[in-house]
Amino acid sequence: MAIEIDVAKRLGDRTIAAAFTAGPGLTALFGPSGAGKTSLLNMVAGLLRPDRGHIRIGERTLFGAGIDLPPEARRIGYVFQDGRLFPHRRVRANLLYGHDLAAPAERWMSLDEAAAFLGIAHLLDRWPRSLSGGEAQRVAIGRALLRGPEILLMDEPLSSLDAARRGGIMAVIERIRDELALPILYVSHDRAEVDRLATQVVAIGE
Amino acid sequence: MLSAEEWGIVVLSLKVGGVAVLATLPIAFALAWVLARYRFPGRLLVDGLVHLPLVLPPVVTGWLLLIAFGPLGPAGRWLESWFGVSVMFRWTGAALAAAIMALPLMVRAMRLSIEGIDRRYEGAARTLGAGRWHAFRTISLPLALPGVLAALVLGFARSIGEFGATITFVSNIPGETRTLPLAIYSALQVPGAEAMATRLALFSVALSLAALILSEWLVRRTHAGRVRHGD
Repeated sequence: MAIEIDVAKRLGDRTIAAAFTAGPGLTALFGPSGAGKTSLLNMVAGLLRPDRGHIRIGERTLFGAGIDLPPEARRIGYVFQDGRLFPHRRVRANLLYGHDLAAPAERWMSLDEAAAFLGIAHLLDRWPRSLSGGEAQRVAIGRALLRGPEILLMDEPLSSLDAARRGGIMAVIERIRDELALPILYVSHDRAEVDRLATQVVAIGE
Repeated sequence: MLSAEEWGIVVLSLKVGGVAVLATLPIAFALAWVLARYRFPGRLLVDGLVHLPLVLPPVVTGWLLLIAFGPLGPAGRWLESWFGVSVMFRWTGAALAAAIMALPLMVRAMRLSIEGIDRRYEGAARTLGAGRWHAFRTISLPLALPGVLAALVLGFARSIGEFGATITFVSNIPGETRTLPLAIYSALQVPGAEAMATRLALFSVALSLAALILSEWLVRRTHAGRVRHGD
């Protein structure tokens, strides 16, 4: 499923603009810090409104031609840089937040499958505050997958982790790419990460 | 222990304070939310009006209420013609005075707590399929809960202690508007009633202390669950 993006947005005194088509696999949005990579993901997610342009997933228009779907209607999974788990809900309730809201036909993974896939079954009754960085990031990925998304957005999901835990999360991302065949838009400024994970690289802000 | 008359005063005070904070809560929360989240023309004016009872002499607040809710006042006439009720010299009037005096404290407590919510959690909830209202109910409101509880207790304590606006607005009528502070004041005016004043004063101290401990406990309990498995 192709993701077609052609947007521009003025933020303060700089303009963020990008036009590309992301195919299956993992598309890395690669560029220096401050180039607007996160803003681009936010525009795809519906958290930031582009000034002009369009965003389409396959035949489905998320933005453009008079359409501006709210974030909740876009069927996008978003893994934030900081995990952003809800602090007042246990891991299980975090994982099920989007799952419970999704229409049954949209779901393609159960809680048990996600817990096994990510190796987090033993964390279900914990509070987010008690998780390590790597555990929190796995839960954040699980929460996004359980929402039943058509594509996954990942904003530097490894940046807050130490080298030892990065390998584990990278393996998880590869399995999402290959086993689940979920298209991923992946923001990074780390060359090695991009070389290992990316199917396609889009340079941003050059 | 307290006499039957004194218990009557206590029960009336609890009723006035309870009704005042519960009726004010939704209004105070809405005001706190708007002041914390939105920038609009006239925001400073709204902020100022909300805080006015905090700095105005309570007697002036009572007098303004008297003008507004008296038989010839705009609010008073409206209540009379639409509902056939009057708050003048009634316990409901005492609750109204207490509510106005508690409002600034309640708005402040909740506003601080709302401003402390990381709004990015709401964005995360939206990407997970939650509409605005659902995100508010399941994310923002629970995260603001410690502030709401603190506001309830603070507002209640303030309402129980209200004196100046109450006596100006609805007078000091035994069994109707004579709450704890008014009863203590009245007892001090009568020779030989010092014992009653002392008992009521001690009860006030106990009540206020209990309210503060309760609020502290509630806030701690709200946070406790989240760190139970802390490492």
